[in-house]
Amino acid sequence: MLQQKWTPQRIWLLVGYAAAAAALFSAPMFASDFRLNLLAKFLAFAIVALGLDLIWGYTGILSLGHGIFFGLGAYAMAMYLKLEASGGMPPDFMGWSGLKELPYFWKPFENFGFAVAMGILIPSVLALVLGYVTFRNRIKGVYFTILTQALVIITTTLLVGQQAFTGGTNGITGYSTILGASLGSADTKRVLYWITAAVLIAVFILCRYIVGSRFGKVLRAIRDGENRVRFIGYNPAIYQMVIFTISAAIAGIAGMLFVLHVGIISPSMLGIVPSIEMVLWVAIGGRGTLIGAALGAIAMNWAKSEFSTAYPEGWLFFMGGLFVIVVVFMPKGIAGLIGQIKFRKKRKEEDHEGIRNPAV
Amino acid sequence: MYLLQLFNGLSISSILLLVALGLAITFGLMKVINMAHGELIMIGAYSTYLTQNIFKAYLPASMFDWYFVLAIPASFAIAFVVGLILEMSLIRFLYGRPLDSLLATWGVGLVLQQLARSIFGAPNVAVTSPSWLDGGLMIMDGTLLPYKRLFIIALVIACLVAMYFYIYRSHEGRRMRAVMQNRDMAACLGVSTRRVDAMTFAIGSGIAGIAGCALTLMGSIGPSLGTYYIVDAFMVVVLGGVGKLVGTVLGAMGIGMFNTLFEYWTNASLGKVLVFVCIVAFLQWKPMGFVAMRSRSLD
Repeated sequence: MLQQKWTPQRIWLLVGYAAAAAALFSAPMFASDFRLNLLAKFLAFAIVALGLDLIWGYTGILSLGHGIFFGLGAYAMAMYLKLEASGGMPPDFMGWSGLKELPYFWKPFENFGFAVAMGILIPSVLALVLGYVTFRNRIKGVYFTILTQALVIITTTLLVGQQAFTGGTNGITGYSTILGASLGSADTKRVLYWITAAVLIAVFILCRYIVGSRFGKVLRAIRDGENRVRFIGYNPAIYQMVIFTISAAIAGIAGMLFVLHVGIISPSMLGIVPSIEMVLWVAIGGRGTLIGAALGAIAMNWAKSEFSTAYPEGWLFFMGGLFVIVVVFMPKGIAGLIGQIKFRKKRKEEDHEGIRNPAV
Repeated sequence: MYLLQLFNGLSISSILLLVALGLAITFGLMKVINMAHGELIMIGAYSTYLTQNIFKAYLPASMFDWYFVLAIPASFAIAFVVGLILEMSLIRFLYGRPLDSLLATWGVGLVLQQLARSIFGAPNVAVTSPSWLDGGLMIMDGTLLPYKRLFIIALVIACLVAMYFYIYRSHEGRRMRAVMQNRDMAACLGVSTRRVDAMTFAIGSGIAGIAGCALTLMGSIGPSLGTYYIVDAFMVVVLGGVGKLVGTVLGAMGIGMFNTLFEYWTNASLGKVLVFVCIVAFLQWKPMGFVAMRSRSLD
C-alpha cells in the first residue's frame, strides 16, 4: 500500500477517481438549482460517511453518536449564520424565551473563523473526552456503542430543553447571508456546492492517506484482533481515541456544510434515527472501503429523497428491510459484492481492504 | 417531600427494571443487542389495548375491570411468540456478531413500528386502566402513593421472583445457564442449544411484553412507545453488568433514583446529562458494571 507500482489497475483507478471528481465539479452545469442543492446535501452526508467508515469499517468501533458530532458542527455554523442575520442582536427565538441579552458563549460566533474553528473543535473535543474515558478502560464493542447512543439522547434533550439558548425543538433557522453573500442566490449556492465538493475530495484524500499509512494498518489490526495488537506492544486506546476524534471532526465539518445547504438545523436532524441512518449508508455502500461509504451515502439519500415523499410508509419498511438484508447477507455492502466478483476473477490478488475476519 | 421523591425514584426504577429485565436476558446471557426490544414492549402494550377492546365489545361492563388480569399473560404470550419467530428467522444468524445484531434488529424494530402505525394508526391510543387501580395509598398529609405505581412495583417483584426461580431453580434454567457459559460443552452433554437459544430469547421478549402491559398504566401508548425506554434500558444493563439478575436490579435502582434526584434538584434535561456523566464516571471505576462475571478469558 505504501509503495505502489503503477499497475494498470492503479492507473484505471486514478482515472476513475479523476472522472468522478470532474463530474462532481461540473455538476452545476447540468443540474437544476433544486437538484444541485440536493446533491450538495448528499455530498455533505458523504463526508460524514467517510468519517464513520474510518472508525467502523477500519477500526471496528461502531459509533451511533455521529449525528451529534455532525449536529454540533451544524449548530456552530448555524449560530454564526443566525447572528449575521440578526446583525449581532439576540436572535428571535431568544426573545420568545424572554432572553434580552446575547449569552456570552454566543458572542464569539459573530466571527466566521471562530465559528468554523468551533464547528471542528467542539465535536473533536467531545469525541476525545468520550474516547478517553471509554477506550482507556477497555470499554469497547457494544458497551461503547450504547454509550454513544446515550450521548445522542442527552444531547438532544439538552438542545430541546435549553430552548432559550438553542432554539429548542425548532432548532435554528432563518439565515440570510454568509460573509455578506446572500444564501438564497444561485451564485452563492453554486460556490457553496463547489466548496462542499472540494471538501469531500479533500477529506477523501485525507482518509485514503490515513488508511494507507502505518497508522491505518494499526487501526485495521485493532479491528481484527485488538488483544494481539496489545501484546505486540501497541496501545490500542491511543489509536482508537485519535481516529474517533478525527472521525468526529470530519462529521463536524460535514455538519457545517449541511447547514449552509439546508438552511436549518434542529435536534431531530441529529437524533437517534439520523445517527443510525448514517451507519446504514456506510453498511450499504460497504464498510471498510472509502469509496463505498461515500457512494452509499449519496445513493441512499438520493433514494430517500425520491421515494420517501411518495411512499412514506413503504420507505420505512424498505429501510428496515434493507438493514436486515445488508447486515445478514452482505456485511461488506455493495462495494464488497463487487470485491467478491473481482476476487473470484483473480484469486491471487487479495482484496486487502475487505473485512475478511471481523473480530467483533 | 423527600419520601415522595424516594417513591418516585422507586417507581421509575421499577419501570426501568421491567424494561431492562428482558434485555438482561437477551443481552446479558445471549450477547445479542436487541434494538427491537422497544418494539416488543410496544407489542405488549398494544396486546393490552386489544384485550381491553375485546372485553369492551364482548363482555358485560361489570367484567371490564378484570381485563387487566388477562392482559398480562396475553401480552407475555404475544411478545413471546413474536420473539420466537424473530429468533428463528433472524437472530440465530447473528450470534457472535453483537454489533451486526444491533443494526439488524434496529431494522426489524423500524418495520414493526411502521406495521403498528399501519394497523393501529399513528396517533396514540389510550388504555383505560381498571378501576381497582385508581386512587392511591395515603400515608401522610399530601403524600399519596398511586396504586398504579405500587402495582407496577409489585409486578416487577413478581417477575423478578419468577425469573429467579426459572433461571436458578429449574431444569430449563440450568440448561440455559449451561449453554450461555459453555456452549460446546453443553451441546456435547446433550443439551439442544438451538432450542435453549430460542426459548431464552422468547422469554426475554415475553418479559418485554409484560413491560409494555405495565406501561399502559402510565399513559397513552403509540407505535414509538418503546424507543423512549430502549436506550435507558441498555444503560441499566451496562451499568448493572451482565450475566446476573442482581446487577440489573442495582443498575435500575441506581439510574432511577439518581434520575429522580437530579431532576428534582435541577431540571429534566440537565438531570439526564448528570445521570449520564455519573454512569460514565462509574464505569471508570468499574468498567464491567456493578456485578461482573469473573472469567479468565480474554474478550
